[in-house]
Amino acid sequence: MTVAPKREDYDVVVIGAGPAGLAAAATSAEAGLSTLLLDENIGPGGQVFRAIASTPVTDRNQLGADYWVGADLVQALRASSAEVIHRATVWSLDRNLDIAVSVGGASAFVKAKRVILATGALERPFPIPGWTLPGVMTAGAAQTMLKSSALVPDGRTVIAGQGPLLWLLAAQILRLGGRIDRILDTTERGNYFAALPHAFAFLTSPYFAKGLSMMREVKAKVQVVSGVTELAASGDGQLASVSYVAGGKRETIPADLLLLHQGVVPNVNLAMSADVEHRWDDLQLCWSPVLDASGNSSIAGIAIAGDGAGIGGANAAVVRGRIAARAAVEALAPVAAAKLPAMATLRADLAKAERGRVFLDTLFRPASQFRIPSGETIVCRCEEVTAKDVLDSVAIGATGPNQLKAYRRTGMGPCQGRLCGLTVTELMAQARGKTPQEIGYYRLRAPVKPITLAELAAVPKSEADINAVVRG
Amino acid sequence: MFRRSEQDKRPQVQIFVDGVAVAARQGDTVSAALLASGQDARRSTAVSGAPRLPYCMMGVCFDCLVTIDGVGNRQGCLVPVAEGMQIEIQKGKREIGR
Repeated sequence: MTVAPKREDYDVVVIGAGPAGLAAAATSAEAGLSTLLLDENIGPGGQVFRAIASTPVTDRNQLGADYWVGADLVQALRASSAEVIHRATVWSLDRNLDIAVSVGGASAFVKAKRVILATGALERPFPIPGWTLPGVMTAGAAQTMLKSSALVPDGRTVIAGQGPLLWLLAAQILRLGGRIDRILDTTERGNYFAALPHAFAFLTSPYFAKGLSMMREVKAKVQVVSGVTELAASGDGQLASVSYVAGGKRETIPADLLLLHQGVVPNVNLAMSADVEHRWDDLQLCWSPVLDASGNSSIAGIAIAGDGAGIGGANAAVVRGRIAARAAVEALAPVAAAKLPAMATLRADLAKAERGRVFLDTLFRPASQFRIPSGETIVCRCEEVTAKDVLDSVAIGATGPNQLKAYRRTGMGPCQGRLCGLTVTELMAQARGKTPQEIGYYRLRAPVKPITLAELAAVPKSEADINAVVRG
Repeated sequence: MFRRSEQDKRPQVQIFVDGVAVAARQGDTVSAALLASGQDARRSTAVSGAPRLPYCMMGVCFDCLVTIDGVGNRQGCLVPVAEGMQIEIQKGKREIGR
């Protein structure tokens, strides 16, 4: 399916084939709009339904019922007239809704009347000493390999961090016969009290019973250490041990694999590069786009659905996808909108899907020592810039993330700030006594994913384009 | 670090890592195949030469960068294996013209 888009113009272009994108594209196409779904991965599903159409893990109990919900979404999409292209990397989107997409080493250009960004989430950076060592990965990375290739950890394995995904991953690894030696829970004790006022909504949400039974399943088989307040990985060119402090006591254990996780944050790169306004979210501790109730952003024609709109989980993502698509249908083909579920119904579905979220956000709010590193701990993995480097730059006048680029090249490596941006913002905010909102974020620009110079040079050019740069 | 579950019945695909034949499975990404191979797949960074392995496996960290069929700096976690694919583990910076 790695062929270029069939047309140059579409009513709706959806970017990302996770829960929100699948739902949005199917809804838009069902209503008769010409719809293109562009997705960077090999197959549909995004992260939560990763490899839903191809996973070798066919025993449904192992990945769980929540995973297989994705199969219905894919079926609905395939039954629709939406054009779907995988292994398609969108590298530019602008306020005119012009999209550049790299497919099979060549770029194509399409124009949309409406764009629905469903670029989802990525795991929050977890900058601890040694987190760049081979053998240290994200929990999501292990889950990706488990779902798409039935790979399980088999050396000495430690999982550290907090949040629902961590427990789900642990349960899945155990069900597939993988090895986990210890789980280090970094949830701050104070968070339990802070979350208490929000407990009622959570207790009456579907998350509660599922979460509890999963934690029981894991705790019956793995030693879990709670109240972990310090964490470090060490080894010479390869992870050899993990040391941690819990209850004031330090312990060091040998390890071949350390899986880190402290929640997910919106993947903002494409939206920010299109100049969509974002604000700092003090509860979720990340940048979230400013959206209306239908997911419309500050740029006319660009809507955002799913976790890229603020973390809400897979169920909320599906509904947000339908809401954004319905809004597009209302704007472009109002008569066809009558065929779709009413907006009021969808908004009620969303409220239900978001139930319990504030409790989870409060309980699993990551501790500051795991977000804001110090000393020789690497902040920017690409350019290998430490926390001390950042603070030294602040001391001699760097005011924010964009100035810091000139001092240290943070965020200028291939990942374009995805793994350092939040850390840099919070670290600089703390050092300068400002809020993250005041400090701001990197100015992101196209291409939001690297493409080869040859691909860029092969882009069709007009006479005017050439005259603009050629002299004499 | 990782092993394959017995229930994985996907057909084998042969790839070459620095010239050595490695058995992957159809549907593996290059990075998954490398991590499953048991071979030393550590690249070294362009900045300091520090050893790295993939970190995120979902296209955001760029620690899986690898040379695939002669094209450098590809994200191994986003590219599916294909029969006869030639993988080179990157040591340090890429050179212009490759």
